[in-house]
Amino acid sequence: MGFKRYVEIGRVALINYGKEYGKLVVIVDVVDQNRALVDSPDMVRSQINFKRLTLTDIKIEINRVPKKKTLIEAMEKADVKGKWENSSWGRKLIVKERRAALTDFDRFKLMLAKIKRGGLVRQELAKLKKETAA
Amino acid sequence: MAPRKTPVVSRNPQLIRGVGKYSRSKMYHKRGLWAIKAKNGGVFPKHDPKPKAAATPVKPSKFYPADDIKMPLPNKRKAKPTKLRASITPGTVLILLAGRFMGKRVVFLKQLTSGLLLVTGPFKVNGVPLRRVNQAYVIGTSTKVDISGTNVDKFDDKYFAKAAEKKNKKGEGEFFEADKEEKSELPQDKKDDQKAVDAALLKSIEAVPDLKSYLAARFSLKAGMKPHELVF
Repeated sequence: MGFKRYVEIGRVALINYGKEYGKLVVIVDVVDQNRALVDSPDMVRSQINFKRLTLTDIKIEINRVPKKKTLIEAMEKADVKGKWENSSWGRKLIVKERRAALTDFDRFKLMLAKIKRGGLVRQELAKLKKETAA
Repeated sequence: MAPRKTPVVSRNPQLIRGVGKYSRSKMYHKRGLWAIKAKNGGVFPKHDPKPKAAATPVKPSKFYPADDIKMPLPNKRKAKPTKLRASITPGTVLILLAGRFMGKRVVFLKQLTSGLLLVTGPFKVNGVPLRRVNQAYVIGTSTKVDISGTNVDKFDDKYFAKAAEKKNKKGEGEFFEADKEEKSELPQDKKDDQKAVDAALLKSIEAVPDLKSYLAARFSLKAGMKPHELVF
């Protein structure tokens, strides 16, 4: 037991409510008990309530309230994007996005692919069953 | 009046409604009326009125109604052609939502002058012939088919008009005989039109993998599908 992810300067978090839903941001300062100042390469630095943030495992090395350029360099150095996209959490979100963007034709092709895969699996299973039965 | 090539623009900007910036004398100068006069020798040019065609003598009407009759108000509204949704372009695959071919995926050819959409299965693929369909009963998908090889110029609303039926008004005896004897066969030239349009279409459809089976399948909502969240 014990907390593993702490609110600290440089902690990367995911916004889970509001207009900026789904964005990855870096906590650059703490305003008070409830709010933090967050910043991200593609947004204006702004305050946000902790309740709207979900902390991630990623942390970068920055000073309190760095300039935008410094922040971007630090994020590149720590490879936040790469770490996020390779983490299981990040991958799940990417898959979710892709599924939501499927067109009707894509969904049809997906159905065909699933049927094909299921058919192959069942073939192999049948082969194995035959071997064990024999 | 012949239509003006340039729109009428006032050279006198409004300061406040009813008050122009320039006075009458200034406007006279601005409009160049002095130059027009000078060109015409000090007098403003006058054009003789065009000779009016001799008015045909109006005959006094033979009948005057006793009471004033109520006339309906004049209605000068003209119906505009239905605006085609931006997502629907020639070659788009549409999903039909109602009617005999509900759920079928179909290729859009063009919009007719009545506003209805001309659509074809193609017939060999899913059984939908050249048909007119209302835009409101259609979902436009983002899948496009190349229809550059087809020529749809000859199809218009008149092509789809019902053939004038023979009127069997009199003759009670005929009612008891077979009512619908003739089931009208589709004329051969319509079948040929269908084949001509579909031939080029089928080539471009078969060029894309799985597209043919896609068009042959029907669309239906399954569990968990939320239409307002689906991307078509």
